[in-house]
This record gives sequence, C-alpha cells and structure tokens, in this order.
Amino acid sequence: MQTFIKCNVFALALLALFQITAEAQTDMDAIMMGQHNLCVGPTFSHSSWNKYWEGTLKRDNDNIGTVSTNTYSIMGVYGITDRLNFLFGAPYISTKASAGTLHNSSGIQDLSLWLKWMPIEKKLGKQSLFSVYGLAGFSTPLSNYQADYLPLSLGLHSTTASARLMFDYQHHGFFATVSGTYQYRNNIHIDRTSYYTTEMHITNEVEMPDMAGFNVRTGYRSFRVIAEAFFSQNNTLGGFDIRRNDMPFPSNRMNASIAGVHIKYVPKKLPALSIEAGSSYLLHGRNIGQSTEYNASVFYIFPLSHKKNNQPHTCKLCTIN
Amino acid sequence: MKKIFSIITTTAIISSVLYISCSKNIVERTDNLPALNPVSQDLNAGTWKTVLVSSPDNFSVAPPPATNSSAYLADLNEIKGYQQSLSDAELNQIKYWGAGGVLRWNEIMRELVAKHNLPPYQLEDGTYPAPSATNPFNYPEFPFSNPPYAARAFAYLSAAQYDALVTCWHFKKLYNQPAPYTVDGAINAINGKSDLPSYPSEAAVLAGVTSEIMKMMFPTEIANIQQKVEAEELAAIQSGAATRSDITAGEALGRQIAALFTARAKADHAGTSGGNPDVWNSFVTNTSARGETPWYSLEVPKRPPMLPLFGSVLPFLFDSSTIALIRPGYPFSTESGEFLEQNQDAYQQIKNPTREQERIVQYWADGVGTYTPTGHWNAIAAEDFIQQNYSEVRWARNMALLNMGQMDAAIVCWDTKYFYFNPRPTQIIPSIKTLTGIPNFPSYISGHSTFSESASTILGHIIPANAGKYEAFSAEAAQSRFIAGIHTKMDCDSGMVAGKRVGEYAIARAKSDGAE
Repeated sequence: MQTFIKCNVFALALLALFQITAEAQTDMDAIMMGQHNLCVGPTFSHSSWNKYWEGTLKRDNDNIGTVSTNTYSIMGVYGITDRLNFLFGAPYISTKASAGTLHNSSGIQDLSLWLKWMPIEKKLGKQSLFSVYGLAGFSTPLSNYQADYLPLSLGLHSTTASARLMFDYQHHGFFATVSGTYQYRNNIHIDRTSYYTTEMHITNEVEMPDMAGFNVRTGYRSFRVIAEAFFSQNNTLGGFDIRRNDMPFPSNRMNASIAGVHIKYVPKKLPALSIEAGSSYLLHGRNIGQSTEYNASVFYIFPLSHKKNNQPHTCKLCTIN
Repeated sequence: MKKIFSIITTTAIISSVLYISCSKNIVERTDNLPALNPVSQDLNAGTWKTVLVSSPDNFSVAPPPATNSSAYLADLNEIKGYQQSLSDAELNQIKYWGAGGVLRWNEIMRELVAKHNLPPYQLEDGTYPAPSATNPFNYPEFPFSNPPYAARAFAYLSAAQYDALVTCWHFKKLYNQPAPYTVDGAINAINGKSDLPSYPSEAAVLAGVTSEIMKMMFPTEIANIQQKVEAEELAAIQSGAATRSDITAGEALGRQIAALFTARAKADHAGTSGGNPDVWNSFVTNTSARGETPWYSLEVPKRPPMLPLFGSVLPFLFDSSTIALIRPGYPFSTESGEFLEQNQDAYQQIKNPTREQERIVQYWADGVGTYTPTGHWNAIAAEDFIQQNYSEVRWARNMALLNMGQMDAAIVCWDTKYFYFNPRPTQIIPSIKTLTGIPNFPSYISGHSTFSESASTILGHIIPANAGKYEAFSAEAAQSRFIAGIHTKMDCDSGMVAGKRVGEYAIARAKSDGAE
C-alpha cells in the first residue's frame, strides 16, 4: 500500500462576518494529512453582495451599492500523526463599497488554528468506510483592525474557541460528511465608549453571543479528484437585529444558510501539487449580506521527515478504491 | 462506539471549562456607584438664579404633615412595611437611584436619544417621510433625534430639572421637614443620612419634571418613562429618604415647573425647523446667486437637509439677535484656490489613515444610532461629576449650563451652516471617502467642533482642574472630523471659535447664578 498524502486546504471560515468571505475546508472535510508532511499554499477568494438582511427584512442600499471582499490567505496543514493534524491559516482582507462615501478597509485579519483528530476509522465490508473526527479550533485577531466598522470591517475581532464533531461515510468513491460546531466567542472592545443595542451600554466592551452550526457535504473523492457540494447553516445564539435603516453591529444576530461546490485536482505528474476551486452562495440570512463567493487555491506538500515514511496512510483515499 | 462517547464527553468538558473561565458578564462604568454623598447639600440653592421660573414663590406647595400627625405616622409605617422585606431587585433599584437622580435621568435621556436617532428610510418615489409629532408611532417614528434635536432635548431636560430643584430647595428650606430616618430611628437610611430637609422629595421633583419633558420629546416612550418615575419614587420611599407625602408634593411640583418649559418648547420654532421643499430650494437659489457652489445631499436618493431652520430656534443663553453676531464670517469662496486647497488637504489626509486616526474618528463619531455629540459630552460630564460629589441641585445646575450651551451651539452652528450652505469635501472631490457616515447637512461650520468647544469651555469653568483635559478632548473631537474626511480644517477651526463664544455665554451665566 502506497503512502498517499493528500493536501486539501483552503480559506478558513470567516463566518461571523457581515459577509461570508470563504467557506472552511480542511477543518470541514474528512481527510487527514499523513504524518510529518506539511501542506501549504495560497488561497484567493472574492465575495460580494448588494442585498442584505436588516433583521429579517431583505433590502438593498444605494448608499453602499455592492460590498466586495477580497481575501488572500496562507493556509496549511501538518500531519503530527496520521490521525492527528494541525491546521493553520491567516488572511489578508480588503473590503470596499461601490457606492456611497464609506472608506475601504484592508489588513491582516485573524489567525486560525485547528487540531483535527481522527479517533475512529472503520471498514464496513470491502467497499465502505466510516470515520469520526473531533476538532478543536482557536482564532484570534492578528492586528488591531476595527470590528465596529460594519459592513466594511475586516472581521469581528473576537477571540474564539470552537469544538466540532464530524462523521464521514464513504462507499466506493462516494462520500457524505456531516459535522456540527459550537463556537465560543470572547467579548470585544470597540473604539467608542458606549453603544446602543436594544438598550444603552455605558462601556466599550461588547458581549459577543456564541455561534453554532452544521455542515453537510457529499460528492465523489479519489486520489486525484474531489468534487463535492455542501450546505451549511450557521446561527448566532443571541444577539440583536439591525433596526430599520440602522448600521450593523458586531453583536448582531448573524445567521446564514449557505450552499456551495468545491473541486480539487491533483496532476498525475506532480502529486504533491493540488489545485482547488470553489464557489458558494448565501441562500438565506439574517443581519448579513447575501454574498456570492468564488475561491481558488494552490497547495504543495513538503515531506518534513528525513526517513521515508513507510507507515501506510490511514486515509480513506488510500484504503478504498 | 465507546470512542464516540469519550469524544463527546471530552468536548463537553472542554466547552464547559471554556464557558466558566470566560464569563461574558460586563460591568458597565456606572453600574456599581456608591450612594450620592454630597460634599455640601447647597441648602441655600433656593436663591439661585432660575432659567424660566421667575420666583419659587409662584408655586404653591402645601405645608407638610406635622411629624406627630397620624398622616405622617401612616407614611412612616409604609416605609417600615417596605423595609421589612426588600427583595434583591428592590435593593438594586435603591442602589441604582441612590447614585443620583440627575445622573440616572441623564443616562435614560442618552438612551432615548440613541434609540431614536435613526434617519427615516425613503418612500417608493425616492422622497423621504417626515416623523410626525401628532402621529408618533407611525413609521418613521417621532422623533428622529438627530444632533440638533438631541441638543435641544437635553437642554430642556436639564434646564427644567434645574429650575425644579432650585424651587424644591426653596421649599425644603422653608418647611425644613426632617427625613423619615431622622424622625424615627427604626427606619433605615439605606443610602446614607444627610441634613437635607425631605419635603418635597428631590427624587420626586426630578421624576415629575423629567417625565413631562421626556414625554414631550419622546412621545412613544411615555409608558416606559412612567415606569421609571414609579421606580425612582418607590426607591426613595423604600430607602427611608422620603415619605409618601414628600413624594406626592415633589412630583406635583416637578410637573408644574415642567409646564413652563413645555410651553416654551412649543413656541421656540423647533417644530417648523424641518422646512419644506420651497425652503430647501431657496438655499440652493440664494447660494448660486452669490456665485457660490451650493451644498447638495450625498445620499441616494438625495435627502432633504437636516433641520435647515434650526438656526431660528430660540436660544437659552442669549437672545436671537446674538446668533448673527456669533456666526463666523464667510468661508473661502468655493471658487477660490484657498477653498480647493482646503479640500485637497482633506483628500491627502484620507488616502492613508492610521489605525490611531481611525480610533479617534470612531471615538468621536457619535453618528446614527448613538446619543450624538451632545450625549457624548453629557457622558463625559456625568462621569466627572460623579467624582465631585455634588448635591442633586448642583448636578442639575451644571448639567443645565452644559446643555443650554449645547442647544445654543446647535442653533449657532445650524444658522451658520444654512447661511453659507457650503459643500462637503466629498462633494468637491468625489474621491474623498469618509471613515464614518457623512452627515446630511452643509459643511461650514463643523457641528462636532461647535458642540465640543462649547462643552469644553463651560466644563473647564465648572471643574477647572479638568480644563486642560476638556480642551484636549474638544480639539481631538474637532480634528476627528477632518481626519474622517467629513470636514475641511476651515470648518473645524471656525466651529471651535463659534463654540467657544457660546461656552463663554454659559460661563457668564454660571458666574451670576448665585451658585459660585
């Protein structure tokens, strides 16, 4: 059995934004990196919206026009063992509005780190495989960007901790993955000394409600090609609605239902390289822009171990097919 | 399967540890204040110069019940009954109101202003509906508490509270009724004792006068305000500081004095300050006739200018003829090189703002959905006044000086803005993008600069030790509008000059009101 190391990484979630700039991948997929291998590469994504939900009311705004976001990330995953991976990512983001007078914004956003653990991988008959994953995530701002500049802020400037449980079932090349996530979000501090939500707050500290969500994805996966479709639902557990014609605020109740597709291709002659692309669309939301997003990435795998890794990769890419 | 359970258990443990270790409870800056414990009760404040009240004697307050009367004993029994079993919620209310009625009503006013500071959304045909005082619940709800509206609301609130408390102090001294805890040792003084006579109750005077002003300014909030009135009065009784008769007399007095202010407000020309399409067009025509480029709204669809006739509102600190004397001279002509240079400076600044500049802009932005610059200066003043241990009447006096200055600053500023009808930097150089929302009224002079310098001038007089801090705040607030790309330096500099002139009128009043 060959050692196959698949790299499958791109932009980590920037979910809590007024716009959703990218869909998480490696932390959402049921694939592991082999031990002592580092997979790393750049990702670009572009998202835009010209309609948003003010509370539950869908509207446009001629004083904003289309809000677009470009995200340039470096993402990577390292195989601590075949069953335990370390994921990291950090994006540079620029935002702008096509109408009105609001100034654009750009800078480095949040560092995201994940530990991904696969405690169970079980063959069910000859053609099927069932596996379970537990993920622990952490994110924290890498710069002192403004959270309170929505919809053009780079992020919400909250330090977060996430816990995710994921199940994957594969039959021949076809698979289905489901996961559920709970995200704790730490309070943030804004530049003004008080603010109004549904009442006045005489403080610059903002309570950030936690988030919870699920993700289902299905498609075809093989050594060289992955093609999948996904749906995700992310809800803020609390928060308040934007009032009629008010500005958005970091502790709004931002909810999003998103559908998307993702493909990955590994050239035969250069199996350490992978090229990925994807797109997503926000179907329905609350206090959030209805964004359409496209992304593309290139990754390369660097084996960091001196001795040749003879350990068979436990990944389902290797054991099935 | 065993493993799945262990994962679930681990996850649950990690999340609960996280949850416990990272409590999100926020303690706000004025949450845990001690009870107001004035350095002096200003027992002679009944002689201080009032704003609209010509003489405290014009109001009739019946003498209090004798402390040995059966009516008074019943009052004491009511307090004792409450004090036998006070719930945590009741104790919290006693503590909350104990920090000071002027302070708490000021905070409530800031909340109402922020809540109602939302510009109306346009109609299908691209015009904008106006809030209606006669139909306040219809969208857009009345009022849209924009900066001039807010400044005026704070001024009426504070001036009326001041007159009411001066009158209250007059009767306190006249009747010299001891506090319930002084008469009966079995009554606890939960917020501490003082030598201030308790009849009529200052808490109830405040509740009465404030509720009438707030009801006028925020008619959709009447039910909410009435709850606060009852809460403050109940807290005063339960704390042992006031009897039912102190409260009843106080609330009635407060409401009577409010009537002077609500009558003035109805006739101060603010009701018509929104103008009409003919008025709006006349600004454009007159400015063009002078050979100047007129301001236009940078919103889509174009919104009518904010309260264009607010400059005609009746000021508190000087008569209307003084407005034109304070109004700064002509700005650089829109056709001049100097004007272009001013706007190019704004453009240069906005190209690469630093994070510290962004912070300054947001700190002072006080835009849509906030309590406006006037609310911000009220917050600054209140948090400093807390340190000074003023009596309620001195709190009210200082807030009145600040807020009459804020309203008059708004009047002078709005008069100037519409006298010159000068365009914003973004109108002159469309590439100028702003770091916060661009206001919908002419540029010259800067409202933030006028409000802030008016505030810092009078606050520096009230607390001389803080004068340097207030001056630095004011300069930063003015500078923030240039940094934000919203104003030229000329707008900010002239705004500060005008604000200072208004502030000096407030100082002149302060020096002659008998409180210093």
